[in-house]
Amino acid sequence: MVTLNINGHNMSVDAANDTPLLWAIREQLQMTGTKFGCGAGLCGACTVHVNGEALRSCQTMVGDVAGKKITTIEGLSQKGDHPLQKAWIAEQVPQCGYCQSGQIMQAASLLAHNNNPTKEEIVAHMDGNLCRCMTYSRIQKAIMRAASEMRTAANSSNDRRAT
Amino acid sequence: MNSHVKPVSGEDIARVDLSRRSFLIGSAACGLVLGYAGAPETALAAAPANFEPSVWYAIASDGLVTVTCGKADMGQHIASTMAQIVCEELGAAWKDMRVQLASNDPKFNDPVLGAQITGGSWSTMMNFDAMSRAGAAGRIALVEAAAAAMGLPPYFKDELVVRESVVSHSKTKKAMTFAEIVRSGKATKTFTPDELKAIKLKTPEQYTMIGVSVPQLDIPSKVNGTAKYGIDTMLPGMVYGKVVTPPVRFGASVKSVDDSAAKKVPGFIKAVTLDDKTGSTSGWVVAVANTYANARKAADALKITYDNGPYANVSSETLLEEAKRLQSQDDSGQFFVKDGDPAAALSGAAKVVEAEYTTNINIHAPMEPMNATAEFKGEILHIYTGNQFATRSGAIAAGAAGIDPKYVVMHQAWLGGGFGRRLDADMMVPAVQAAKAVGKPVKVIYSRENDMTMDYSRPLTYQKVKAGLDADGKLIALSHDVVSAWPTARWGIPDFLSPSVDKKGPLDSFTVNGADFFYSVPNHHVRAIKNELAHNATPSGQLRSVAPGWTFWAVESMIDELAHAAGQDPAQFRIALLDGKGGNDGGAQRLRNTLLAAMGLAGYGTRQLPKGEGMGVACVSSQERKTASWTACVAHVAVAPSGEVKVKKLTVATDVGTQVHPDNIRAQVEGAALWGLSLALYEKATLKEGGIEQTNFDSYRPLRMSQMPEVAVHVIANGEPATGVGEPAVTVVAPAIGNAVFNACGARLRGLPITTEAVKAAMKA
Repeated sequence: MVTLNINGHNMSVDAANDTPLLWAIREQLQMTGTKFGCGAGLCGACTVHVNGEALRSCQTMVGDVAGKKITTIEGLSQKGDHPLQKAWIAEQVPQCGYCQSGQIMQAASLLAHNNNPTKEEIVAHMDGNLCRCMTYSRIQKAIMRAASEMRTAANSSNDRRAT
Repeated sequence: MNSHVKPVSGEDIARVDLSRRSFLIGSAACGLVLGYAGAPETALAAAPANFEPSVWYAIASDGLVTVTCGKADMGQHIASTMAQIVCEELGAAWKDMRVQLASNDPKFNDPVLGAQITGGSWSTMMNFDAMSRAGAAGRIALVEAAAAAMGLPPYFKDELVVRESVVSHSKTKKAMTFAEIVRSGKATKTFTPDELKAIKLKTPEQYTMIGVSVPQLDIPSKVNGTAKYGIDTMLPGMVYGKVVTPPVRFGASVKSVDDSAAKKVPGFIKAVTLDDKTGSTSGWVVAVANTYANARKAADALKITYDNGPYANVSSETLLEEAKRLQSQDDSGQFFVKDGDPAAALSGAAKVVEAEYTTNINIHAPMEPMNATAEFKGEILHIYTGNQFATRSGAIAAGAAGIDPKYVVMHQAWLGGGFGRRLDADMMVPAVQAAKAVGKPVKVIYSRENDMTMDYSRPLTYQKVKAGLDADGKLIALSHDVVSAWPTARWGIPDFLSPSVDKKGPLDSFTVNGADFFYSVPNHHVRAIKNELAHNATPSGQLRSVAPGWTFWAVESMIDELAHAAGQDPAQFRIALLDGKGGNDGGAQRLRNTLLAAMGLAGYGTRQLPKGEGMGVACVSSQERKTASWTACVAHVAVAPSGEVKVKKLTVATDVGTQVHPDNIRAQVEGAALWGLSLALYEKATLKEGGIEQTNFDSYRPLRMSQMPEVAVHVIANGEPATGVGEPAVTVVAPAIGNAVFNACGARLRGLPITTEAVKAAMKA
């Protein structure tokens, strides 16, 4: 038994320490928003956050993340309204949609550190996430849009503090 | 056994279908179901080939309109598109529209194809009329019911206006919502097929929904993790299967299975050796365990010995040699096109150009690896998966179970990519036989390595083209041989094969489509030659764009070579050939116009490019002659002295007749064009000792974000019927790039993918 803290909840999983986090999350805890793509850290479909950093859950063993703060797509925002999720809808990004949880989680880790990324910074950060439908240009636009919204929100809260 | 599987989730999935059934039963009291008078449901089930439209949507008493989509939705948003077409004629508000995915019940068969199959970029064009009529029938029924409920005499019904889910009458200031009409219980009208056919549909200038980029109905669920794909299936008591596949793609058999080490894996249940009479798999074993992690461990622990079968020494090189041998024989293959006498014309030609074009094996690799969940419940076999060909795949599942196909219920899910891969049914076999062997529902998930090495791949192709110009540089003869495995012949469904023009028996037109182009060439032969060795050693499938993905590579490269031989600009040379004479009338002009549009948008020929840069054109009538979307591309490339090709921009113009959803068309065409780029430059699989060498995304490398050029997509909508957009743009990109490389540096590339090494070598040549 391993206890994992996922999206703010402690959950027990009957899994050996060397079980990939991906399979514990998806198939045992049945939070299926996190996807299996390659099992080798090559595609990014399984990306989750561990203590705020984007990690490939297929390459992360449950024994190594016990007690750490794990976030999946289901826990990225309370109501599915993270600026990236809203931007993904506004730009109509997904086609098949299968890789998009991983894309959004990967992008969220960028914007958490940098809410004004250049196109080059976006490409460098996102290049490990494959999209077989090739929605890359919309992914870029959506990240730019979300970043813009986050800057606006940050500025307006700064303004309020100033007054 | 599987204590972590919460029953509630299993019910969630089961509810998709159950709710529909109970809804239909209960709807007489509380909802309007648009069933059409005619054969009752039982009769429909007994006559699966029936083309009669049946239950495409229902309006509930809360006014929500749920469209049931019989097509597989793999990211082309076809469910939303079907809802949009219904919505246009029905007059509903878009916010009231919902979609659900159909089971394999034959009543959801495609009205034109008579089966549940999604491919060929056919769905919109083949369902547009049926969905329009279904929507219009609903509107007529609602209006009549509203008139009755409002107490208006029937002849007032032409004065009623339907908009945004409301039926209103301005003179009397009366209005009813769809919800109120349904609740009134007065909407009971049904339509016979003849009555449906007689309905006068809107004309394009009356459209208020068609041509509008409404928000896709599936997208919100795809940004918060709630969209359910086949791989997300959870059933009570379900256990897991991991397949172990042999070292060769096909033809192996299992000699022995030693599970002594697997037995030490906690949760291991059984190793099941498949007995596959459907011929979908060979030499596969499934390790079944309580969790997928344990199933993987158990699979790794199995010690299996194989007889690698008759193709264990076959390689890509062997397949190519065999293709060349077959092509060199005069009696090989069958004729797909046989106009005039190219041999005679070539003997008198002023110039003859001859070239070989090849493509390597390509792997679909959708992001969701193949999977299926099987459950026997009473006499019914339930299959949960996302599949493009429920009609055949249900039959394969039945074959794997040894039962009649009528006892198989396929529960459709969103597809995590299809691209043709999910037309196949191999994943049914391990799920069904494992479920049968252990007496529990089993979810089988392929590893990426299983998925890649056992892909029903795009076959290796070899094409030889010989063409002749007269003294004026006019193309007078073209002889084209296409040698490949025959993916569609493998299905064993005669209706999908075409008669050969030389009456030598049916041929697989899905290996030669596109070669019957719209250029006027008086002497034109196309021969389809089946590479039996490739067909058996590398069972192939339909990969996004299918034959036009290779036939236009050859045709559009050769046309460029001919233009240079004739000393003409390649674009102008094409325009002259697209003269619209004879049977090419109509199509040729549309293609010419599309090419001109792409040229104009790209600035083709308007400026001097820097040294090492070039532009190339290509234009295609993909997918099939009768279902073409007229598509042209101008590729702008820079070629480094090393031979490295950088695509600076792809300009794609496409004539789709009518745009249902402009934004989606742009998304599909851009995705297709980038697939074309990925196949042109980056994707290559090879066969060695009977096995596919590439096992994951480190060795098989689809396009990544950093490799994406600027893509400009321009859509021509001229009021002709809507055509498909998921595939055609795939086919135009590789030849446009190849031609651009030639324009940039004089290197002619004739094999895909175009590698740096190949360009460097061609520069020296």
